[in-house]
Amino acid sequence: MIASIEQLDGMAAEYKQKTGAYSKIVKICCGTGCISSGALRVYEKLNEAIAAERLTDKVLVKKTGCHGLCERGPIIVFGDDEILYQTVGKRNLDDDIRLLLKTVKDGTVVENLLYKGEDKTKRHVSPRDIPFYAGQTRVVLALNGVLDPEDIGEYISFGGYRAVHKALQMDPVQIIEWIQKSGLRGRGGGGFLTGTKWRSCRDASGEPRYVIANGDEGDPGAFMDRSLMEGNPHAVIEGMIIGGYAIGSNHGFIYVRDEYPLAVHRLSIAIEKAKEQGLLGANIFNSGFGFDIKIYRGGGAFVCGESTALMSSIEGKTGEPRAKYIHTVEKGLWDKPSNLNNVETWACVPHIINRGWEWFDSIGTPQSKGTKVFSLVGKVKNTGLVEVPMGITLNEIIFKLGGGIQGDKRFKAVQTGGPSGGCIPGEYLDMPVDFDSLTKLGSMMGSGGMIVMDERDCMVDVARYFLKFLVDESCGKCTPCREGVRRMFEIVDNICKGNGLKGDVEHLEELARAIQLGSLCALGQSAPNPVLSTIKYFRDEYNIHIEQKRCPAGVCKALTTFTIDPEKCTGCMRCAPECPVACISGEKKKVHTIDRSKCIKCGTCYDVCRFGAVKYE
Amino acid sequence: MVEFTINGKKVEAEKDEAILDVAMREGFDIPTLCYHDTLGSDGRCRLCVVEVRKGNRKRIVTSCLYPVENGIEVLTESPDVLLVRKTVLELLLARCPDSEVIRYIAKEHGVSNTRYAKDNDKGKCILCNLCVKTCEFNVGVTALGMSGKGPAKKVTTPYGEPSRVCIGCGACVAICPTGHIYMEDRDGVRMIWNKRFELARCPKCNRYHAPVEQLEFIAGKSGTPIEELLICPDCK
Amino acid sequence: MEVDTAAINTIIDKYGKDKSYLLAMFQDVQRQYRYLPKEAIQYICDRLHIPFSKGYEVATFYASLSLTPRGRHTVHVCLGTACHLRGGPNILDTFERELNIKKGETTENGLFTLESVNCLGACALAPLVRIDGQDYGKTTPGSVKKIINEYGESS
Repeated sequence: MIASIEQLDGMAAEYKQKTGAYSKIVKICCGTGCISSGALRVYEKLNEAIAAERLTDKVLVKKTGCHGLCERGPIIVFGDDEILYQTVGKRNLDDDIRLLLKTVKDGTVVENLLYKGEDKTKRHVSPRDIPFYAGQTRVVLALNGVLDPEDIGEYISFGGYRAVHKALQMDPVQIIEWIQKSGLRGRGGGGFLTGTKWRSCRDASGEPRYVIANGDEGDPGAFMDRSLMEGNPHAVIEGMIIGGYAIGSNHGFIYVRDEYPLAVHRLSIAIEKAKEQGLLGANIFNSGFGFDIKIYRGGGAFVCGESTALMSSIEGKTGEPRAKYIHTVEKGLWDKPSNLNNVETWACVPHIINRGWEWFDSIGTPQSKGTKVFSLVGKVKNTGLVEVPMGITLNEIIFKLGGGIQGDKRFKAVQTGGPSGGCIPGEYLDMPVDFDSLTKLGSMMGSGGMIVMDERDCMVDVARYFLKFLVDESCGKCTPCREGVRRMFEIVDNICKGNGLKGDVEHLEELARAIQLGSLCALGQSAPNPVLSTIKYFRDEYNIHIEQKRCPAGVCKALTTFTIDPEKCTGCMRCAPECPVACISGEKKKVHTIDRSKCIKCGTCYDVCRFGAVKYE
Repeated sequence: MVEFTINGKKVEAEKDEAILDVAMREGFDIPTLCYHDTLGSDGRCRLCVVEVRKGNRKRIVTSCLYPVENGIEVLTESPDVLLVRKTVLELLLARCPDSEVIRYIAKEHGVSNTRYAKDNDKGKCILCNLCVKTCEFNVGVTALGMSGKGPAKKVTTPYGEPSRVCIGCGACVAICPTGHIYMEDRDGVRMIWNKRFELARCPKCNRYHAPVEQLEFIAGKSGTPIEELLICPDCK
Repeated sequence: MEVDTAAINTIIDKYGKDKSYLLAMFQDVQRQYRYLPKEAIQYICDRLHIPFSKGYEVATFYASLSLTPRGRHTVHVCLGTACHLRGGPNILDTFERELNIKKGETTENGLFTLESVNCLGACALAPLVRIDGQDYGKTTPGSVKKIINEYGESS
């Protein structure tokens, strides 16, 4: 049990001593991404090998949270960012274990396992040498790849729960002032000032009050919150305790997507351990203040990321949003004052308390403070999680950290803000990334998904994709969203199938505006954004589909045919076995042909051909 | 007391009243399908939207839910309001092409046709939720609910099967604004929601008047002897 | 169908008979039966004094719940944005062809149920497939057959 700062420091010191006794620390990323790439088997095999060498006392092998560079998983980092190995065990597990053992024994750097960037001559040994990491400012993610998320002692040894202790010495109103002055804005989408929200909830009448962490990260292409809940769950818990104290609430809830079983597992362990240590429960640090946290799992409904729908879901009902003319800070969960913040927002709180609001205020732009985690995915070379100061340009994120476009194709657009956001074209790559700039461009920050698209992506198809998503995920409560979005889908689907008519684009714009104005919740009100932004920046592409019945990117199947250029085909036999319907015929070193009657236009042949012989029209 | 204007006219209201209530009292014509004075509103149909101006801010709100505020200007027929209202009507026209009520309201608002493919599987249901609410709050049996979500959402008994708790009272039929719910009385039998109800026969006039299950339900709730309830309202 | 009421009682009691955990109880029951049997919904509703129609609303609203029996293995093909752009729809097509079922259906031998999901949050490894909690990243139409075989032989 920890009831004083001395006991907290004592535990920290004990842990530091314990880890200090090891001559080597090996950190294996065990986030969802690396686990699916085989990290757990690497962990087991490496431990076995170390035991066989009788090195168990000398070498500590840790399972950590996500390191961010998921594309190159499994990721292993030695010591304090000394060496980063990537794709460990992907070629041959036993070989790689032998190589790892070499590093473990005498520190030999294994060239084969190092990260290889564009510049083949440069050696990237430490993550600090890799542009993907070097360009980041890791605050919220700082401990993600460092500590074992299932061990509370580790978190404490890195200064964990000191912020709770400090906050409990402060006046609740002063804490809210700090959060207000820090400029922290909600990381889940809207970008509302966190301090203002806390104050409204504190001032609202009604007891009890509730504090909620929104971990229903439904935006496709976004996984910052998953990584945080999996990699550093105590940071979220710590933020919530501080928030509860400031607002005057003793009850916290974390709502996590059902699709994130590992996050639920790690959060459950963290809550249990915090309770065991007295850091959750009654009378925390002998302050008289008590706080508990319960976890609720979602059920695979995107709309539950909306605050009122989420609260309805916690109440055991369907996730239908309600009008927010009376705010949830006044009447939320069970009609009581409720303060909901996104997981990443909560994780910022302990840092602000520890380092002061001035520190947070000094990072970012005048209106958007601090750092933000983005999930950089799609057609970019280095996919994964990056944390950067607000105000950095899209260009820096995509081309410097992300390493540019895969296969050196042409950049076409970057989609931010999920189904509520939009596609931003190349001419705005120098725009700073902050809440207000992205909104001005017709997109939004959203929770931080950043999906990069190249010349092989069709913007009409992207609009169609998001509409399909929203038709699936609409709760069906109000007419404009339920009926309007599916009609928008029908129009765009027709365009993709070559049945578009003149006037369709104008019709979409009109319907979109009515849905924006007339829908009940933010999901419906923002549902037309992906369509409107693609019309705004890629209107020509719509027109070509409608007037010329052509899909310039070769994506819309009804408008595309694939052929093999006999001049360029070398008969290398690469495409034929990859074709999922076996419609490519030809002998070795002879020109191949596609049987158009069988072709399903998946484009696999185009993607695998190394001679540019496959063409689409 | 709260003071504000509707289409330029000064009006007064009690705190916590919704704009729609005040507007109706003052004689403004705002269409609505899902609002009911005993069951309130969820803001589902979106027909009753109005524009609310506060300083230089303006927004579209549902008048059935928006609480009145001092000094606001309410416009019931601004261009944005008409765009939403007409769009909603055109969308409902495509969803429920056989609904006379929707055709009538649509026509009144200048919407005589829909550009969208007409549905043939939704009946006349606009998912206003009134039947579900009356069954729960007025009748008190909660036999009905919504199933699914999005465009597939519909009103139903669980699994579409005869409900254990439905008493066949027909309150849902009475409250439905579009006449979607099917109920038929024939030869002493009522069919509703796929459930078959024996109708009680009045011992005095010998006419069928209400399902036996409904009378038993009332007897149980009110303590009135069933023999008394068997007598039809006309013969009482 | 008869359900094991003792097992369901254990689940209900685990959540302290708290109505707000209805969805969680349904999910736990589904883990046992690989779907949510009607009788289990009715039983839980009765014990918690929730109208059956309200329980049915919850059971049909959430995509993670299934009211029809699922196969031994549920294949979730992710169709999040990143997966969509990197060929997710082709992966789904390939599963449909190889298993000879459509999305939402179960193979005749009861081995596989095929479903799509709107983002599993492992976007850096797109296109992603999850089978019974096991993730397969960077899948290709070619790798689909191999994945299917992994399950076909062992069970």
